[in-house]
Amino acid sequence: MGSPLVFKQIGGEMKKFFGVVCCCVLFFGCAKKQDDPNTITLWHWMTDRHEALEQLALNYERLTGVKVKVDLYAPSDAYSQKIIAAAQSRILPDIYGILDKKEIFASFIESGYVTDLTEEFQKDNAAWENALFAKAVDVNRFAEGNIYHIKPGIYGVPVDVTNIQMLYNKKLLERAGIKSPPKTFNEFLTAIDALKRVGISGLVSGWGELWLADCFASNYAFNIMGEQKVMDTYQGKVPYTDPDWIKVFDVFRILSERGAFAEGIVTKPNKFAEQDFALGRAAFGFNGSWSVNVYHDMNPDLRYGVMLPPPINPNRPMSIWGGGGSSFVVNNISKKKQKAIDFLRWLTATEQQAFLSTETRNLPSNREALTSIPSVLAEYAQGMDYTTHPTIWTYNEHSLVIEKFDKGLQSIIIGEKTPQQVAREVQEIKEREMKKAHP
Amino acid sequence: MSEANEKSFKFFQLKNNLINFSFVLPAVIIFSVFYIYPFFEIFRLSFYSWNGISPIERFVGWQNFIELAHDDVWWKSMGNAAYITLIALTFQNALAFALALACDREIRMKRFYRVVFFIPPVLSEIVVGLIWQWILYSGFQDGQHIGLLNYYLDRIGLHHLVHNWLSNPDTALTCIAVVHSWKGFGWGFIMLLAGLQTIDRQLYEAAKVDGAGSWRTFWNVTIPMMVPVILVVIVLTVLGSMQVFVLILSMVGQGLVYHTEVPVTRILSAMTGTNRFGYACAMGVTFGMVLIMISLSFKLLSNKVKQV
Amino acid sequence: MNKKQADSIPINQYQVTGFFKGFLIHTFLLIVTLTCLFPLFWMVRSSLMTNQTVFVDKSLFPPDIHFYNYIQAWTEGNFGMYFLNSVIYTSCVVFGIVLVSSLAAYAFSRLQFPGKNFFFYMFVAAMMIPLPGSFVPLYKLMNDLGLINTRIGYILCMINVGLSLSILLLKTFFDKMPPDLEDAARMDGCGRLGIWWNVALPLARPAIAVIVIFNSLNVWNEYILATLLLNDKNLMPLQRGLMVFQGSHSVDYPLLMAGLTIAALPIILIYLLMQKHIIKGLSSGAIVG
Repeated sequence: MGSPLVFKQIGGEMKKFFGVVCCCVLFFGCAKKQDDPNTITLWHWMTDRHEALEQLALNYERLTGVKVKVDLYAPSDAYSQKIIAAAQSRILPDIYGILDKKEIFASFIESGYVTDLTEEFQKDNAAWENALFAKAVDVNRFAEGNIYHIKPGIYGVPVDVTNIQMLYNKKLLERAGIKSPPKTFNEFLTAIDALKRVGISGLVSGWGELWLADCFASNYAFNIMGEQKVMDTYQGKVPYTDPDWIKVFDVFRILSERGAFAEGIVTKPNKFAEQDFALGRAAFGFNGSWSVNVYHDMNPDLRYGVMLPPPINPNRPMSIWGGGGSSFVVNNISKKKQKAIDFLRWLTATEQQAFLSTETRNLPSNREALTSIPSVLAEYAQGMDYTTHPTIWTYNEHSLVIEKFDKGLQSIIIGEKTPQQVAREVQEIKEREMKKAHP
Repeated sequence: MSEANEKSFKFFQLKNNLINFSFVLPAVIIFSVFYIYPFFEIFRLSFYSWNGISPIERFVGWQNFIELAHDDVWWKSMGNAAYITLIALTFQNALAFALALACDREIRMKRFYRVVFFIPPVLSEIVVGLIWQWILYSGFQDGQHIGLLNYYLDRIGLHHLVHNWLSNPDTALTCIAVVHSWKGFGWGFIMLLAGLQTIDRQLYEAAKVDGAGSWRTFWNVTIPMMVPVILVVIVLTVLGSMQVFVLILSMVGQGLVYHTEVPVTRILSAMTGTNRFGYACAMGVTFGMVLIMISLSFKLLSNKVKQV
Repeated sequence: MNKKQADSIPINQYQVTGFFKGFLIHTFLLIVTLTCLFPLFWMVRSSLMTNQTVFVDKSLFPPDIHFYNYIQAWTEGNFGMYFLNSVIYTSCVVFGIVLVSSLAAYAFSRLQFPGKNFFFYMFVAAMMIPLPGSFVPLYKLMNDLGLINTRIGYILCMINVGLSLSILLLKTFFDKMPPDLEDAARMDGCGRLGIWWNVALPLARPAIAVIVIFNSLNVWNEYILATLLLNDKNLMPLQRGLMVFQGSHSVDYPLLMAGLTIAALPIILIYLLMQKHIIKGLSSGAIVG
C-alpha cells in the first residue's frame, strides 16, 4: 500500500539512481555460469606448477576435445578453507586435492565427495597401478581394517612423488674443511663445530611451518625406537615420557645448544628457509624434493647434495617422510566423473609425467618417466627406499597432541623448556584426549 | 475525534512508519542475509562437535565452552591480544596525539605531514608484513646482516642490541605490536587532528587573556574538548588491535610457541589445523562477547564523562 | 647602548625559544615521516635491483637500476586484468555502501519508526563481533542464492562488511546537521527522499569522503573473501593475483617487490586525491560522537 506514495515522492533524481542500480545488477548479475558437459574443472594450490598444468590441459583439449579448467588458489590455507566450504555446499569441482590429514581425507570419503578408484587402477591387470610408484599410490590407499572404517581401496591419484631429506652445500662444507657429508649424528655435530669456526650457519629449515619440524622429529623417533613403538605411543600404550621419546626431544636440545640451527629457524616460513639455503647462508637444509626447482630458480650455480638425516641409532635405518607428493581425487557427485578419471589417467602417463618433471623439477609418480631428471633429483629419488609417511601408518596421533608436540619442539629450540618438561606436557594432553575418546 | 478519523490516522501512521522503515530496508536486508545468518549458524555450531567435513555433527551442549574456560592457551592468547592493545593504546595513541598537536599549530609543511602520516594505513597488511619481516630478519649473508634493523644497529655501534627479533619470546610480541602501531597510528592521528581543528580558536585566546600557560591551556581547554574524540579513537583502537591477525600470520607464520598467539589465530588453527569446528565457533562466540563487553563499558564510561 | 641591549634580551629569548621549539617539533615530525616512508622507499628501491644484489647491497640508491622487473611483473602477474577487476569491485562496493548506508543513517537520525533503536544497535554490535568462522555458512548461503563465483555476490558481501561503520559515522554526522535547512526544503515541497537527496547528502559530502576512503582501502586490500567466493581467474581482484604472484615468485625478491609496488600504488594515489576531503570530513564532526 505504501509503495505508490514512495514512488511519488521519489522524484527525478531517484529514478536516475534506481536506473543506475538496475543497470549494475543487469550488467554483473547476468553472467550466469553454464555447466558445459565437455569441460571439467580442477582446483589446486600449487603456484609453482600452475603454468605446466595449464599447458597440459591445453594439450589435452587439443587431443580429446575435453576442456580442462585449471583453477589455482593460493595460499594453501585459503585453498583448504575453500575446499571445506565447497564440500559443505556440495559444489566441489570434478578434480581437486585434499591437503589435510588422513582423518579428514576419510571424512571426505565418508561424506561421498571422493570416488573409489580401485577398479580403475586394477583394470587390465592393474596397468595403471603398476605404472606408478607403489609408495605414491599407498598414500591414497585405505588398507583392510583401517581405523577410519573406510571401504578398502585407492581413492586418489598421485601426480608426483616427494621425499624430505637433508641437503648440504658442497662449497660451504669445503670451506670448513669437511671432506664428505656426515654419516652419523656425531659426525654431524663435528661438522657443525667446524662450520661455526669459519662463521657459517649450520642447519636451516622452514620450521615456522610446524609440520616440517614435526617431520624432523618423526624421522628421529623412527630411528631411535622403531615404527612399532611409535605406533604404540599413538595408541597410548607407551607414554611420551618414555626415555626413547626424551631422546627424540633431546635431539633438538643438543642441536640448539651446539648452535646448529640458523637464526630464527622457529618462525621461518619455508620459502625463506629455501632462500637461505639457495643463497648459501647455511650449510645444511632440511627440505623436500620440490625445492630442487626453487633452488634452480634462485641460484642456478648452487652446488649441493642430498643426504639422509644423520642417524643416532646405527642399528636401525633412518626413516624419512615421503611418498605421493600431490594427489588429486575425483568428485563422486560429479556428472563428469569418467571424463575426470580419464584426464588423470592421461596426466600420469609417461609422456605427461616426463613433461611435468622436466618443467617443474619434481619427481614423477610414473616410474618410466624417471629417465631424464636432474642429478640432484636423482639423488633424492634414491631416498625413496627409506620413506614412510603418516598417511600410510596404521595409527595417527590426535591433532591436539601433535600441536602440543610441535610447539614443544619450538620451546626446546629457543631454550625455554627442557625435553623432560615438554614430554610431560605432551603426555598430559595425550591422556586428556584418550579419556575424552574412551570415557 | 471520530472513529473513522482515528482509523485513518492510524492508517496514516502505519504508512508513515512503513515509508520511514523503507529507508533502512536495503541495509537491513543485506545485513540479515550476510551477517545474521552466518552469525546464528556459528552460534548453533558452537554447541556441536564437528570436524568441518563429516556429515555427522554431534550435539555436545556446553562442553565446548567448558573446555574453553579451562584452555590455558586460549586465555594466554587473550592476554597477548590485550598486550598488543595496550601498546597500541598507549604508544600508538600518544604518538598520534603528539603528532596531531604538532600539526594543529601553524607550522610549515603541515599538509605534507598530514599526507605522509596516513600512508602506512593505506598499505595492505601483506605488504606491511613482508617489508617488516625483512627489516626484522635475523641472519647473515657474506658476513653482513640481512635484516635492516640489525644491519643499522651494527653500523652505528650498538652491537649488543643486535637481536633475533621475531624468534625470541622477549621481543616477538612487542615487535608485532610495534608494527601494528606503526600501521595504525595514522588513523588516530587523522581523527585527533580533525577533533583539534573543531576546537574554537577563541577558547585558546580566552585562556591566554586569563594568563594561562600553554600547559594549563592544554589541560583545561584542549583535553576536555577532545574527550569525545579520544573515546572514539580508543574504542576503534581496542576493536582493531584485539582482532589483529593477518599481520601476525605474515610476520611469524604459525607462531612462536604460544607467545604470539591471539584469539583469531587460535580460532583459525582450531578450524583448519586441528579440525575442531564446533570448538572454533565457541571461541568466536566467546571472543565476540568479550569485545561487546569492552565496548559497552567504554560506552558507559563515555556517558559518565559526558555528564561531568 | 648597554641598556638597549638589555631591553632586547627578552624579545631575543622569546625568539630563540620559539625557534628552538619549532626546530624540536620539526625534528620530531621528520623522524616520524622517515619511519613512515622508509619501508615504502625500501620496497621501491629493492624492486629496481637484481636478485644477486638485493640482499647484499645496502646502499640507499643502488648504482644500477632495472625497470625491467616492473614489465616482467606486470605481464607475468597478469596484473592488467586483476587491476580492472579491483577497480570495478572497489567502485561498486563504495557506491553501494554510500547509497545504502546514507539512506539508513538518515532514517536512524531523522525519521521515526518502531524498532529504530533495536536496528541501530544491531549494526553497532555487528561492528564488534568478528566472525572468523563464518566462511562455511557464508559460502553455503551464497551458493543457495546462486551468487558463488559472480561479481555481484562478492560486491554484496563486501558492502555488508563496510556497512556498520559507515552507518555509524554518517548517523553521528546527520545528528549534528542543523534542522533549518531541512525545514526550508520541506517548505519547498520536498518529501523525505527529496530532503535526503537534496539536503542531507550534499551536506554530508565530507563524511562521505571519509567513508569512501575507508571502504576503498578495505576492498582494495581484501583477498580472503575473494579467494573463497570467486573461482574464475578473470574475476579475481588484484590482491588475490598478488597472493598467487607471491607464491610463484617468492624467491625473486626484486620481482616480488615490483609486484607489491604495482599493487600498492593505485590506492596511494586514490588517497592522495582524497586526502583534502578526509581532513575536512573528519573535522566537520563525522567521528565526534
